[in-house]
Amino acid sequence: MAYTKRYDGRKFDETRKMEAKVGIIKNANGSAMFRFGDTIAIASVYGPRPLHPQHLQNPQKGILRCNYDMISFSVGERIRPGPSRRSQEISKITEWALSSVVDLDAYPNTVVDVHIEILQANASTRCAGINAAAIALAQAGISMKELVTSVSIGKIDKTLVVDVDKTEEDYEEGEGATDIAMSFKSASGELSHLQLDGKIKEDELREAIKVGRDACKKIYEVQKKALKDMGE
Amino acid sequence: MEISNINKKKIRESLKEDKRLDGRKPEDFRKIEIETGISKNAEGSARVKIGDTEVIAGIKVDVSEPYPDHEDEGTMITTLELLPLSSSRFEYGPPRIEAIEIARIIDRVIRESGFIDFKKLCIKKGEKVYTVLIDLYTLNDDGNLIDAGCIAAVEALKSAKMPKYDEKTEKIKFGEFSSKSLPLNERVPVTITSYKIGDKIVVDTTREEEDSSTSRISFGLTDSKKGDDIIISSLQKGGEGTFTQEEISKIIDLTVRKFKDIQKETEGVE
Amino acid sequence: MISEKKQTEEKEKKVREIAVPGETIVSGKDYLPGDGTRREGENIVANKFGLVDISGRLIKLIPLSGVYMPRMGNVVIGRIENITFKGWIMDINAPYSAFLQVAECPRFIKGDLKDYYNIGDMLSCEVISVKNSGIDLTIKGRGLGKLEGGIITKINSNKVPRVIGREGSMIKLIKENTKCNIVVGQNGIVWISGDKVEDEIKAREAIEFVVGKSFIDGLTEKVKEWFENKPLKKIVKKTEGKK
Repeated sequence: MAYTKRYDGRKFDETRKMEAKVGIIKNANGSAMFRFGDTIAIASVYGPRPLHPQHLQNPQKGILRCNYDMISFSVGERIRPGPSRRSQEISKITEWALSSVVDLDAYPNTVVDVHIEILQANASTRCAGINAAAIALAQAGISMKELVTSVSIGKIDKTLVVDVDKTEEDYEEGEGATDIAMSFKSASGELSHLQLDGKIKEDELREAIKVGRDACKKIYEVQKKALKDMGE
Repeated sequence: MEISNINKKKIRESLKEDKRLDGRKPEDFRKIEIETGISKNAEGSARVKIGDTEVIAGIKVDVSEPYPDHEDEGTMITTLELLPLSSSRFEYGPPRIEAIEIARIIDRVIRESGFIDFKKLCIKKGEKVYTVLIDLYTLNDDGNLIDAGCIAAVEALKSAKMPKYDEKTEKIKFGEFSSKSLPLNERVPVTITSYKIGDKIVVDTTREEEDSSTSRISFGLTDSKKGDDIIISSLQKGGEGTFTQEEISKIIDLTVRKFKDIQKETEGVE
Repeated sequence: MISEKKQTEEKEKKVREIAVPGETIVSGKDYLPGDGTRREGENIVANKFGLVDISGRLIKLIPLSGVYMPRMGNVVIGRIENITFKGWIMDINAPYSAFLQVAECPRFIKGDLKDYYNIGDMLSCEVISVKNSGIDLTIKGRGLGKLEGGIITKINSNKVPRVIGREGSMIKLIKENTKCNIVVGQNGIVWISGDKVEDEIKAREAIEFVVGKSFIDGLTEKVKEWFENKPLKKIVKKTEGKK
């Protein structure tokens, strides 16, 4: 049977309920929580601060260092604490997604550390993490050209859906599930992150990116509001 | 920025008059806030705030083989991560001795108090038992991570539901919970950690107070709530400084008083 | 509910706009991009998160948070974190550590540098140069040098102007009400020294009050009120630990 209706009643272009909050970790220079339904990410930013050891320093620009991690009890089957191959890859992807907007030239020889923890997971964790990290960076007062917004688009059987959750990710009928995680620079709409896992045709991919961009405009509004609420 | 000599000196001098830099007395705790059920996918979970210190705990239950010397008892593992997210003092990488030590202190008090009825966690003697995994993470560090961590672990255990177990495959159905709570009893464990600053003893220390001290001692206590005596079930002295015997004796009195306070504060949390 | 809504509306009138990175602040070729902004075609766009400040044609952003960025001439309070042959390496709560050369001391230095200023000591310093390779400090000048006694506290460095107030009015008010001597470093490190620790705590709380309330108009009045209504032991209530 074709996927003509989402199992949880959402419209195809609808994200799960979003929530964002800035300034949740007192020790950090910037911090934020971002939530897609049952997926909750928190992020904190330390820096720019002196980078040690000195040989890692770049006299031309600062270094952005991201660290994505899932809390052991964020999923059904416990994850062993500490870095895994998966978390290290996502950390790097996140670093690239955010580097495109952060003006690191302003902070030579320093490091900006971004730490992301997934408190509770129901798919799209890297996207929630990037959305949280982007507003945490902004709160940390880092020079940024724009924000970054991230979403996962799914092709469930033949249908494109916004903000895939675990049930949809595990869909096996028809053409099955294809997961496309993507991040856009909030104003220019340029892609700073794109990953795909599954099977998809060229035109469908083009369409998926368009759908993703539209969804990210709504996500941006949530991020913007969280920052402005914090400011007041 | 690390602690200044100015604040170190002021912390010591003020304590001579029983004053602390946040207005507390040496025996006062900061405000404690507890929230349970913070992660849907955990069997149990809790967030504990003591002042600006914030710690979360989660419980997962799995099946494993019992230890050969305790064939009919379930097992338990406690871990703690000092997340770099929570303080500029903590660095990314494998747990350091500071994290390992705190996890082991909390592990011991829970184990030795008899709070968990490990016999009821046996599935098949000598072959299969439940393992209770307690994972702790710091979200913001402003001192007293041991006591905050212990409260978080206990509250997460109290809130936990056993997972569903598939008898055929002899495996846990991950993410599916029964309505059964963990086999716990009334012997709720509590740690009370005291630091010696100058020659004064202080509980619920802030980061700067801990940085002004060279010795600490953590007591793990429990009672059966039936009017029995309070039992000290674990103890750990830390730091390079020392305590006199009189000081230890005074700390025991203080610890018992604080134990009763914490017990009252955490009573009735679901 | 209605009154609450009205209150928010009134509040909105008072507060200035907040911009997020990438957001267009104004359109028009007449405007000039200042600190924290850039021009993109017709638009002036935010380069960081902050309060919009429009003075005439110039648009700039006043940052609300973030790490202190040192500028020449700033008076900062730093902590000695290391000692070399030539001087003291200092943590001034900035992205770079700073250096205080022996030659920048007003007194004659002979022998072991740690006999003068040791690790953990706090010094009030002036920033004399800011380069990529580091920051240079001096303690030659009035009011500069080692701080003794009192307490050190840290605030968001972006709120320093608020704590000092117009022509120093706010800090004067706090000093008068607490009888404390206070030095507010541009880097957000604050030194408070009074006769009694209670006075120092009171001064710190007053500063925290100002930092927390920095968007309200008539802040000076609010702080006066705070001092009048503040029972000495309020802090104890805050930490009583009962719900």
